[in-house]
Amino acid sequence: MERRNFIRNSLALLTPTVISGNPIHILQDHPLLNSSLLATSNNDRVLVIIQLSGGNDGLNTVIPLSEYSNYNNARNNIAIPENKVLKLTGNNATGIHPSMTAMQNLFSDGKLNIVQSVGYPQPSFSHFRATDIWMSGSDSNEYLNTGWAGRYLNNQNPGYPDNYPTADNPDPLAIQIGSLSTLTCQGPVVNMALSISDPSSFYNLIDGTNASVSNTNSGYELSFLRSIAKQTNLYTARIKKANDSVTQQVTYPNNSLASQLKIVARLIKGGLQTKVYMVNYGGFDTHSGQVVASDTTTGTHANLLKVLSDAIAAFQSDIVGLEIEDRVIGMTYSEFGRRIKSNASGGTDHGSAAPLFLFGKNVRGGVFGNNPSIPESATVNDNIPYQYDFRTVYSTILQNWFCVTESAQTEILTKQYPILPLINASVCGINDKNSTFSKEALIYNYPNPFTNFTKIDFKTNGGHTLLQLLDGAGTVLQLLVEANYSYAGMNSYNLYGSSLNAGVYYIRLQNEAKVYVKAIIKM
Amino acid sequence: MPANPQSSSLGLNTYKGTWQYLQTKHLLNRTLFGAKAADITYFKNLGLTAAVDELLNISTSLPTPPLNDYSSTTVLDPNVPLGKTWVNDFTTDGTLNSYRNSAYKKWLLSVWLGQEKNIREKLSLFWSNHFGTEADTIFYSNLTYNHHQILRTNCVGNFKQMVRAVTTDPGMLRYLNGYLNTKTAPDENYGRELQELFTVGKDGGAKYSEDDVKNAAKALTGWKLDASNNAIFDSTRHDTTNKTFSAFYNNTTITGKSGATGAQETDELLNMIFQKTEVAKFICRKLYRYFVYYYIDANVENNIITPLANAFIANNYEIKPVLKLLLQSEHFYDSLYVGCQIKSPIDHVVGFLRQYEIVFPDAVTDYVDSYFLYNSMVSQLIGMGQNPVDPPNVAGWPAYYQTPDYNELWINADTLPKRNKFTDLMIETGYTKNGKKIIVDTILFVKKVCTNPSDPNLLMDSLFAFLISTDIDPALKNTLKVQLLLTGQASDYYWTDAWNLYQTSPTTINFNIVNARLKALLKYIMNLPDYQLQ
Repeated sequence: MERRNFIRNSLALLTPTVISGNPIHILQDHPLLNSSLLATSNNDRVLVIIQLSGGNDGLNTVIPLSEYSNYNNARNNIAIPENKVLKLTGNNATGIHPSMTAMQNLFSDGKLNIVQSVGYPQPSFSHFRATDIWMSGSDSNEYLNTGWAGRYLNNQNPGYPDNYPTADNPDPLAIQIGSLSTLTCQGPVVNMALSISDPSSFYNLIDGTNASVSNTNSGYELSFLRSIAKQTNLYTARIKKANDSVTQQVTYPNNSLASQLKIVARLIKGGLQTKVYMVNYGGFDTHSGQVVASDTTTGTHANLLKVLSDAIAAFQSDIVGLEIEDRVIGMTYSEFGRRIKSNASGGTDHGSAAPLFLFGKNVRGGVFGNNPSIPESATVNDNIPYQYDFRTVYSTILQNWFCVTESAQTEILTKQYPILPLINASVCGINDKNSTFSKEALIYNYPNPFTNFTKIDFKTNGGHTLLQLLDGAGTVLQLLVEANYSYAGMNSYNLYGSSLNAGVYYIRLQNEAKVYVKAIIKM
Repeated sequence: MPANPQSSSLGLNTYKGTWQYLQTKHLLNRTLFGAKAADITYFKNLGLTAAVDELLNISTSLPTPPLNDYSSTTVLDPNVPLGKTWVNDFTTDGTLNSYRNSAYKKWLLSVWLGQEKNIREKLSLFWSNHFGTEADTIFYSNLTYNHHQILRTNCVGNFKQMVRAVTTDPGMLRYLNGYLNTKTAPDENYGRELQELFTVGKDGGAKYSEDDVKNAAKALTGWKLDASNNAIFDSTRHDTTNKTFSAFYNNTTITGKSGATGAQETDELLNMIFQKTEVAKFICRKLYRYFVYYYIDANVENNIITPLANAFIANNYEIKPVLKLLLQSEHFYDSLYVGCQIKSPIDHVVGFLRQYEIVFPDAVTDYVDSYFLYNSMVSQLIGMGQNPVDPPNVAGWPAYYQTPDYNELWINADTLPKRNKFTDLMIETGYTKNGKKIIVDTILFVKKVCTNPSDPNLLMDSLFAFLISTDIDPALKNTLKVQLLLTGQASDYYWTDAWNLYQTSPTTINFNIVNARLKALLKYIMNLPDYQLQ
């Protein structure tokens, strides 16, 4: 690029020109659209976030075969028959919903990771609050007005959006497919994500006026509107170019999630340096009629999971063909799982922890964590306690995929969270040896069931160790132990439970990245 | 530029300042979907008190109901002939319900466009967003129609009665599964949203517990729908145990009742909930955000929300007195709040059609063409992110509740261009069906807005005063006049001559000269980000 072109075009960009009565916006010659700059950098890691709105029923998505009879007792009217559950290669304890054959294949290829029972202490059962918690990465009782990915992008791009785009960052930092803006990418000043639904057609906006605004709320909102117009104009031509440069893709299924992912694949291949893409698929709030009563492997939930599974598989096969597989991982999440016990409407009410999927060539394939334990006769209050805090997944992505430092992670997520062995971290120069998933029991207690007292023995490898008591609804009641052990070995804790009501409780151990959850029963 | 939203320290005392075009337009922008030029003159002449009274005075007559616009050789409706209303007919046929839902949305556009000079439609949208039902989920179009009629008829009435009516409204029983809520497996959906979204809310003071949700669900067990979708109480499905609530509800116990009296627990539950002042506060905050601005700090909480909530309670949850207090308050007219609301897609599309007084074919006598054209408007709204009567979920549209952005959420790289495309299209080509065209008539429009369109300076002032609610830089106004109206000529009389020539000699050539300049100017004004504010 010639420097004088750069200057001339930069000035033209800021001045709306009126010719023959039509507002004309000079954009086409912007140097940042120069195709030589669109070349792909193989070092750019991309995260695709798939939000499943409504609260996906985790127990009918990832079925705990090792707990099958309790599972079947708890939700007889919607349970997936044991022989219909799809098997996972090398894993007899856990299976997935029969409509997810495409993801079963992905698992066999080692490109699917299932993280068990992801949640957080004191779960919220409100769609809106729980969604905000997931998007912001806040504690249950904490209100953050920014999103976790927004804070990450802000950390990497302080000062955004002033003077953006830059030569180093010519593209939107994040893209939300659709007409919505969400909290996930909300930064401290503006939303870091650009929303688009059709990357093949854009409209020039009037953005050039620099006239001052009044010192009123109207002036405040006008500044916002102008900034959106400006950012839109600056970025959209580049998006269109990236979009139009990709002409060959695999055939995607005909559903809204697949259409969104198809755009994402195209934009990544087209050369955008965007780090985070967000897509959304809704309808998971299955309070009633989640299955067809005569065949519980079919119905609303089965259709939803089939769409999810087929769309992810098509996307994965597309990015292999487009040769961008090394750079892309995806993550699904839903604001909560659903209740262990089904209701009489053939559905499930709002619950807490649920499995989460990571997919891509660079995720470590497998099932991470243990099956949730299900009470013999689940009551309407029973929920799945969390094994993995959702922020440990975020922390892992930040440090092992986006290669941010531990201190930056702490700043972005407001606390330090451990890294889980979910991603091939070699992209960040980390040679991670802790890559096998331990299924070893780490907690024993006696007596169990207990009346007034039970002794809990727990095993630590040394280092930071946390022992928590959770109630049947998955809420943390008490922190029993938090210590830094200088040695590996067994420790014990005496739990005096006379004040506890009868029922199921859980002991959760977290030792660095290792997590173990055990059910205990108070008589 | 202001770094943050600001709040006014003014309270609910009646506004005593000047009552002019600006104040009148501000009031109408917030209570109607856009104001016609004549509306502004009319309400300005009434004065503040009479204007607010008239806006809050809802006529009892309701719009002519939606019609069958869909019957054809392939779509057969055995009970409702083409051109007749389907609202009294119940069908389980999914195809028919889908056509009827679609007809409902087209009809709704006609109602919004033809709204009377009162708050009913704007406020009904508030309530339909508040209760957040989705026509798609309710499925039965006659239930959707009836649900919204409850909101429409009660919109300025009694909030508690409205909640009671909605609680056992068949549309709501379907939407939140109340009809499946039984003693053997209570469905918590309505019991939760009743508290979280419809009454006490989730703000700081609302500390109901998860058990309260479960107990509310239990108290509501027994309601179901009969084969024709009527709500009935089936005592055999009702949970007759006692329901004891948390300290938030003063440990109230609703004594379990058997037989038909079980239905009384529904009223007892609402009575208990409406004892909480959080209900009034939650609703007043939401009304404030809808009618004034989303930013509520301690100032607004103390000077507006608390006294408004007190008035709401003192008036036994009557809505009209609360709105009257707010809409005639000195707070409402503080210049801080003029033009600070980002238009919703409905404000944008319907407001535009009303500002320009676009005439659609008659929705009753020429329903075929009319419904077709209204459908184009529905598509516009969907593209901009506000599918009428189908919000994304039970909380309504995020722009009405999601902190910290609120109505900024309507605007992004996808929707802002669509808004500009829409106004451009309505000026350039419009929409046509069977020779009937809806398009901006630039000449008629400027005559309605400006007393003397031959004067380019007065014309610019009148257009900006009518279309724009921000303070416009006079230099920009002048630039636009010179470049667009005078197309670069130095003297005002070029426009004056062109206009006058067209008036005396309305030939095609003379028309085109004037029309081309007005089209360019109007497009530009509405492409300014300022046009997105009201």
